[in-house]
Amino acid sequence: MTSILETFSNGLGISLVVFLPLVSAVFILFIPKKQEFLIKIATLGSSLVTFGLSLIVAYQFDYDNAHMFQLGNKLTWIESINSNYEIGIDGISLPLLLLSTFISVLAIIYSFEHLPEPVNPKGMMSLILILETGMNGTFVALDLILFFVFFELVLLPMYFMIGIWGDRTVRSVAGFKNQIETRLYASIKFFVFTLFGSAFMLLGFLGLYFRGSKTFSIPELIELGTSGAFTGTFATLVFAVLFLGFAVKVPMWPLHTWLPDAHTAAPTVGSVLLAAILLKLGSYGFVRIALPILPEQAKAWAPAIAILAAIGIIYGSLACLAQTDLKRLIAFSSVGHMGFVMLGISSLTSIGINAAMIGMVAHGIITGLLFFISGSMAHTYHTRDMDRLGGNMKLLPKTGALLGFTAMASLGLPGLAGFWGEFMALLGAYNPLPGLNITVFRTSMVAGAIGTVLTAGYLLWMLQRVNLGEPKEEWIGQDLHDADNYELAAWIPLVILTVLIGIFPKLIFGSTNDAVISLVTKAFGG
Amino acid sequence: MVVNYNINLLAEAKASYTDGGIFAEFAWIIVVLPFLAALLITFFGKNLPLKGAEIALGSVFFIFLYSCILFYLNITKGVASEFFVNVGSIGSFQIEFGWVVDGLSIMMYFVVGTVSLLVFIYAINYMEGEIRYTFFFTSLTLFAGSMLVLVSAPTLLQLLIGWELVGVCSYLLIGHYWEEKENSSAAMKAFITNKVADVGLMIGIIILALTTGTLRISEILYQATHDYEAIKSVAYIAGILIFIGAMGKSAQFPLHVWLPDAMAGPTPVSALMHAATMVTAGVYLLGRLFPFYQGIAHEALDVVLIFGVITLFSAGLIAIVQDDLKKVLAYSTVSQLGYMVTAMGSGAYTAGLFHLWTHAFFKALLFLGAGSVIHAVHTNNMSEMGGLRKEMPRTFMTFIIGTVALAGLPPLAGFFSKDEILASLNHEGHNFFFIIAVAGAFITAFYMTRAVLLTFYGEYRGHGHPHESDSMMTTPLMVLAFFAAVAGWVNIPGIYTGFTKWVTTRKNGIIEHHPESFDYFALFSGLFAGLAGIGLAYYIYQVISNPENGDEKIKFQPVWRVLENKYYLDDFYFKYIVDPIKITFAKSVDKFNTEILDRFINNFGNVASFLGRIVYDKLDQGGIDKALNLTSTGTDTLGSKVKLIQTGKTQQYIMYFLTGVIVISVLVLLVL
Repeated sequence: MTSILETFSNGLGISLVVFLPLVSAVFILFIPKKQEFLIKIATLGSSLVTFGLSLIVAYQFDYDNAHMFQLGNKLTWIESINSNYEIGIDGISLPLLLLSTFISVLAIIYSFEHLPEPVNPKGMMSLILILETGMNGTFVALDLILFFVFFELVLLPMYFMIGIWGDRTVRSVAGFKNQIETRLYASIKFFVFTLFGSAFMLLGFLGLYFRGSKTFSIPELIELGTSGAFTGTFATLVFAVLFLGFAVKVPMWPLHTWLPDAHTAAPTVGSVLLAAILLKLGSYGFVRIALPILPEQAKAWAPAIAILAAIGIIYGSLACLAQTDLKRLIAFSSVGHMGFVMLGISSLTSIGINAAMIGMVAHGIITGLLFFISGSMAHTYHTRDMDRLGGNMKLLPKTGALLGFTAMASLGLPGLAGFWGEFMALLGAYNPLPGLNITVFRTSMVAGAIGTVLTAGYLLWMLQRVNLGEPKEEWIGQDLHDADNYELAAWIPLVILTVLIGIFPKLIFGSTNDAVISLVTKAFGG
Repeated sequence: MVVNYNINLLAEAKASYTDGGIFAEFAWIIVVLPFLAALLITFFGKNLPLKGAEIALGSVFFIFLYSCILFYLNITKGVASEFFVNVGSIGSFQIEFGWVVDGLSIMMYFVVGTVSLLVFIYAINYMEGEIRYTFFFTSLTLFAGSMLVLVSAPTLLQLLIGWELVGVCSYLLIGHYWEEKENSSAAMKAFITNKVADVGLMIGIIILALTTGTLRISEILYQATHDYEAIKSVAYIAGILIFIGAMGKSAQFPLHVWLPDAMAGPTPVSALMHAATMVTAGVYLLGRLFPFYQGIAHEALDVVLIFGVITLFSAGLIAIVQDDLKKVLAYSTVSQLGYMVTAMGSGAYTAGLFHLWTHAFFKALLFLGAGSVIHAVHTNNMSEMGGLRKEMPRTFMTFIIGTVALAGLPPLAGFFSKDEILASLNHEGHNFFFIIAVAGAFITAFYMTRAVLLTFYGEYRGHGHPHESDSMMTTPLMVLAFFAAVAGWVNIPGIYTGFTKWVTTRKNGIIEHHPESFDYFALFSGLFAGLAGIGLAYYIYQVISNPENGDEKIKFQPVWRVLENKYYLDDFYFKYIVDPIKITFAKSVDKFNTEILDRFINNFGNVASFLGRIVYDKLDQGGIDKALNLTSTGTDTLGSKVKLIQTGKTQQYIMYFLTGVIVISVLVLLVL
């Protein structure tokens, strides 16, 4: 028994968390398509076991040494380039790993009943599982090549999800002569944009490899980086390309334009996973790789990142005010919210980065929930046009109440999870790392604070248009279905988490704080 | 004019309190209980005989009892203690919640407990048969809890949390009848206006927290009163920013615009939140941080004073021209909040809180009285009321008591508290502000008398036959009338100054001037202003005219028009702030996004596929082709029945496109 536990904590545990979904996906491909129920149950079972394993990992994790990579392993992988299968988690990656395994379970529960055309649960279920491996893997990878592989692995499933189950309306797009199907445009845009960013990212990784001591190991590179191994134009360029790769994924203004299209076109589960986890891969990349390996360059770039983040907050909120499409509005809100995350990171302080961490988790939960709800509503009403909606509280009381709650959470209401990320990011930005341009950061902070007003504005306005008032005539007498049990089973846990983290932020800070402090001390001496 | 002042020194204040023992230690119960009650109501309320109201009532009754005990302890022994619970650390900051049990917070507990209890009883009857009855009580109970989170806060963070939570409850309750867009817009306006103000509060808190290294209020106050250099340098700016927050919640000019609109909510809500408790949060905040303001941020207090005075005067004037009874009371509330803020600004801590205390009772009374009338006549407009004193004697009598208390006639509550504010202005030598405050007292008496005459005198101008409300509504009125009569007696200079002692029982001592005897000049100025206001209103609306067309006598255009349009503030905000943001900026950003950014990206795509076409045609049989074919095979498998790529043309396009992207990427990489 002891030996099993020992192996488990020597890398087996997190390896299982990463690869169990992929293995299950392969098995599911062998189940005949007609056995839909079996497929669904098997997928759910697999994701539940994965989630359970991640809980055991969280249980085994030593929170007193949260700054160290734990429960990991290092196996030879591609010997010729000294790339290893090196994995492990610390206080920074643990909450994100849990978020990923958790949201995957909920996405699968939701998909039991709510797949848009062409339904095909077999395809969707296996894609979710493959996606989960990519997401989990990114959070545990401690080798740049391994990280890159997982980072890219998430692209394909998401590409197919949008491309196959996505929105089929045909519309015209600026710059194209012919009209194009929304899902086609969105999926290609998503794919190419991200691929474009990550091509540069890979180049950066290679640069680090050659300039460093021929290693891809993140811990080793952090040691090298914090002792000043990477300097000069070279390091600036490397940071620039890493920035490009991560910033596209976050996404930061002005590299965000793939996001509204992808979200709007994607099927509900796709939007949820995209918002909840995929966006975090970028901001996680900054914290895990760019900051500690290239601390001097991070300092040089920080004001620029802060400015872009502040622009993103204001720009995203303003764009939201102009939307008539419910899902597109929520998509743009992500630009604003991830702006807060990046503002926190750019402060390079332990407060700011902690804020970013809790901001990521909170955004994952809250925006994930918003996409669940708006997706279901789009499914029920067959429209996302807010001018046609209205009186949702009367037509779908449960869905409406949850939408109201989630909108409140999303606007950063204190006492709910979203508050900490926003408030603490502003706190961090007010006093950034000594030596950074304080005017830039304080201006960004004020912009962020104004952004909270705009955020409240568009969310309340959305509620007024969608939830309140009398239902429009076209819905009267229609047979509209309120949230069913599958939906509630997927949503209620997120509601509970939102409240729990809101009241007791230690759930996240308890894991991240020491790790972040150690990161900041090591990299920036602050 | 013989005035003696006694300076209460820090050391003196510190000497006389206890830690409050077990009752202080368990005071968290009253903060948590309403939230549990709200949960219970949500899940089980609808199936109970009173549809959940009994749970709500039970929880506030407990709060009331508990606050009475604490109140008693504070009167007899003095209580000042604080408790902390760590809920996380971020960097070197401790995130703590907790509860403060000291004179100031106990006074607030008592006000919240008492007024809530009475309003809840009243609301059970008032809201009977109304839509979303159960949810109404859930929100009201949530509000009670949130308000207690606010006033029990030992850290600025918890204060902010309570601060925004009461804002949400306010949003929910103002918009209770959200079927009508007007009501949900009023709710939104309240929330957004407060959110604007909260930007100030938030940044103020951030500055204080980062300069002092702590979020604990008592530690910040300690540093503020013990000559710490760091906090001194930010005191002024932080003081102003925090006051901006207070301006939102306590409806100070020019951020008061939400409060009159908030009357869209059911009347019990107006009484509890928008008169007695929530809107006084700003005053409470100034009081809580008073040692800071008074010591190192006293320059900020001058700003506080100016805004308070502007508010008390400007809002009072608008109250004169209102036809909606609730709006008269709303503007009156704004004006009275102006008095409280004025008091704080002039350095009179006790006077400000004393007015908060008396105002809570008589204004809740007036609102509930107005509700009783509205319940009977089914309209808010005084032009459709009149002559109700005969039909509604109990409502009438209690309303008169409230009016007299508000107008500041002895021996009712408002007389003592307003006098103390006037005395303080006089003592500090703010002669000009003193005159305005006295004029404000005149205006107050005038509009209240007008309202009473329009509502209760003359002939009934409405429809149907109004009759007196049920005893469940009139009993709270009578209890509040009792408080409105006697609440001022707890602080009579030279006779009994218990209130001063109660609210100065706290860890960070208050250095303040307390009048030991009446300032007779201020007293008679205020009294005459009040009598004159009542007299003039009586003269206009009874003697030379009647309630029906008395307004004609004083309609001096264009002053009347300016007042009716609320100084055009709302128009200004919408025209120059809201609409530009909502329409111009938002639309431009959206357009920029689709027309410029996206066009750029799409043209990039066009170029890519053009390049791709060239390269692809050249490398037709090459490795790239194979790779791409592989991708599309995978696509076909997964897409199965429904083809992702419907026409060969698109498929080709994608291949061109991807090839192009790769070519461009390689080119860029080579350049780099």
